[in-house]
Amino acid sequence: MSGAGFPKGFPTPEDLASVDLQTTPLKGWMDPKVNFEGRRGTWSYPAGAKNLKALKMHNPREWSPADEDWKLPKDWKKTILNGMADRLERFRSFKIMMDICVRCGACADKCHFFIGSGDSKNMPVLRAELLRSIYRREFTTVGKILGGLAGGRELTVDVLKEWYYYFYQCTECRRCSVFCPYGIDTAEVTMIARELLNLVGLNINWVLEPAANCQRTGNHLGIEPHAFVDNIDFFLDEIEENVGYKPEVPINKKNADILFITPSGDVFADPAIYTLMGYFLLFDYLKKNHGFNWTMSAYASEGGNFGLFSSNEMIKRLNAKMYREAERLDVKWILGGECGHMWRVVNQYMDTMNGPAPKNLVLPKSPFTPTIFENAASTKMVHIAEFTADLIKHKKLPLDPSRNDRYKVTFHDSCNPARAMGLLEEPRYILNNVCNNFYEMPSSTIRESTFCCGGGAGLGNDENFEMRMRGGLPRGNAVRYVQQKHGVNVLSCICAIDKATLPPVCDYWAPGVEVHGVHELLANALVIKEGEVRVNNLRGEPLKDESEASEGEE
Amino acid sequence: MSVIVAFLLFAFVVGVGFLAGMVPGLQPVFGKFLPWLAFFVFVGGVVWRIWKWASSPVPFRIPSTCGQNKSLDWIKPARLDNPTTTLGVIGRMLLEVLFFRSLFRNTKAEVHDGPHVAYGSSKWLWVGAMAFHWSLLIIFMRHFRFFMEPVPFFATGIASLDGFMQIGIPELYVTNILIVGALSYLLIRRLLNPQVRYISLPADYFPLMLILGIVLTGIMMRHFSWFRVDLIKVKQVAMGFIAFDTVAVPKGIGAIFWVHITLICTLLFYFPFSKLMHAGGVFMSPTRNLANNNRFKRHVNPWNPEVEVHEYEHWEHMYHDKMVACGLPLDKPTDEEA
Repeated sequence: MSGAGFPKGFPTPEDLASVDLQTTPLKGWMDPKVNFEGRRGTWSYPAGAKNLKALKMHNPREWSPADEDWKLPKDWKKTILNGMADRLERFRSFKIMMDICVRCGACADKCHFFIGSGDSKNMPVLRAELLRSIYRREFTTVGKILGGLAGGRELTVDVLKEWYYYFYQCTECRRCSVFCPYGIDTAEVTMIARELLNLVGLNINWVLEPAANCQRTGNHLGIEPHAFVDNIDFFLDEIEENVGYKPEVPINKKNADILFITPSGDVFADPAIYTLMGYFLLFDYLKKNHGFNWTMSAYASEGGNFGLFSSNEMIKRLNAKMYREAERLDVKWILGGECGHMWRVVNQYMDTMNGPAPKNLVLPKSPFTPTIFENAASTKMVHIAEFTADLIKHKKLPLDPSRNDRYKVTFHDSCNPARAMGLLEEPRYILNNVCNNFYEMPSSTIRESTFCCGGGAGLGNDENFEMRMRGGLPRGNAVRYVQQKHGVNVLSCICAIDKATLPPVCDYWAPGVEVHGVHELLANALVIKEGEVRVNNLRGEPLKDESEASEGEE
Repeated sequence: MSVIVAFLLFAFVVGVGFLAGMVPGLQPVFGKFLPWLAFFVFVGGVVWRIWKWASSPVPFRIPSTCGQNKSLDWIKPARLDNPTTTLGVIGRMLLEVLFFRSLFRNTKAEVHDGPHVAYGSSKWLWVGAMAFHWSLLIIFMRHFRFFMEPVPFFATGIASLDGFMQIGIPELYVTNILIVGALSYLLIRRLLNPQVRYISLPADYFPLMLILGIVLTGIMMRHFSWFRVDLIKVKQVAMGFIAFDTVAVPKGIGAIFWVHITLICTLLFYFPFSKLMHAGGVFMSPTRNLANNNRFKRHVNPWNPEVEVHEYEHWEHMYHDKMVACGLPLDKPTDEEA
């Protein structure tokens, strides 16, 4: 591999993609053995004891999946089986999804990890069967009597290890659930399986360290309030340097109209930081021209929610800060930034878990257009893409799309906004208004059929790099396709995890394509003052490639 | 291996059926008590399974959204693929149950050199599933001519439509051809597609064999003179079943009929305890039967747990000095700061 940043000796894309989707192992799938030592690069490190302790979770200890002894609690089997019984009582979804699969195989080649690895147990049907086989053996009469003949398996330590491997090899993207004739959702199965694994202390650090950070500091990255302020000041200087304005960003301000919450990745890492700068420019424009009264919070400083990748209780704990802070700051409604799984939580869980919304929150109304966001009447939380699309539609934003002319843009639908919400047109509407060159990827890879970046659900860590690249194959290859066909050089998206995981996916499968947030492109095109001349974009690059500019003159 | 286990089980059931056909003394059992028992186990079992599912709550509203949601007025929502109303959900469920909407989306992924990932249309599974399920329904309805006197209009009507090709005497039903084709396809696909074969359990082959057995014995009785049975006696058995009478089962119907009956009884016994319950479960699937309306209509979880939250007050206390240093406002300044 030529590009920097890949581990030494990492296979070439051609080699990594030489997968065979037709061949199955000689051994039947009921054999649970996983060779962790031989499969380094495809699993994540376990959660450190300090993080489990901080969250008061079970069985904190230091261990490695490559060890023979996983230091399980003595009564682990009873704990798991009781956990299953309890969840069968609490989740109809779990019962139904254990009972009605007909193993038709329609889901098999819908999973990015199966397409990228050819590992049969990455077929969604088989991933679920790993749990279903235990269910049949322990919770159905036929399975108790007939055992293996009825597709039942005994729960052993090896099965638990296999669960660890494969349920932390699912990004909960829900693509399979779109194609399943019964709507069986592997994300739901994986979420339950991870809850079970948590009961005996089998969790991964890249999920629980962010969760512990978020519990303590307010955000996944563990940015304490003063550092949060410092980071933002730094970005404001950067904006001034590149664009010539220094926006103001209120933090923890009481009685603002709107509380803005975005993933902490935006406050931390390239290229998500450019999206954050984009928000700042937009909000500052709205403030100067229309008196936009907004604030961020250093306490509710996380839009994302890594609780989603461990248990429903953890989702609730981390999410609770949003409403509490909206109440304390006495704002009117909440505006949420570009993020994928955050919007699964906000759309499908927040109101149920932590609602009803505090009384000070009102039916969200755009301060600048006649629009009332009836679709957020209960949660009182609006998506930034809805907010901005509405502003553009009502011609509140002067835009010069030619400022993005050096970019040929495509759009990656993030899994959760697509399949747990249906936010498909808003970002496209924005893109079509802020850049002149927009091209869609093939239809099997966008909208409700979009492919995961390969690093969602807590799997975006470096030790899992090979699996991320494998899982990134379908997305990366679709990017490659529009790169070759239309010269696309920008993959835009509305997800902070994407902004961290798609750059290496692009470097590997479609080198030359950069990842940009939609609001970064918007801010480039936003004409802050009449007659404004902008030389650089938010990244400090000239708006036009010099080579292209001179070509134009000829 | 799975297919062999399933076949042995199937062969055993067929054997039992032949035995019933050969030994007239068994026929009261197979002609009355077994079907009654099977019927009650089927109905009771299905009700019990559905009741069991229904007894677990739906804590979260988790539809899989397969289209644009309802948001801004000028953006057209996908009312069926991403429903926000009960009517939309009903529409989505009808599409799912009657036309297998989700299966219709099926594609086939292939990874070629280059690398190049290609997605082809792949509708054969949908075609097979549609042909099988619809044929089964029509055949089931046709059978009411055995159970009711006078023969209900829908049974006659469907039968004449089904036999519109007017080939042979008695005329060949289209659904008979379709269902044999569809079941054979589903069985052969399971055996030949390596990944599907890998995931298949005996419980996947067995019902296919059972239903294929039922269909083939039925066709044999209708179209092969060697197996032809006395329909008047068959109707007597069927009417006796419906009437729950204790009139003696007529003798000399022909062994193949008893195989047919035994297979059907086995299917009825088996149904509630197997994956065939997908027929009921699909209606209760939370990713399909819920409206995507969480942001404007609150969904309540009956067991919403209490959790420990890091409250602002403690958070501010923890970071007090750092917040002062960077100028963030405090809810509880110390006296001198105030």
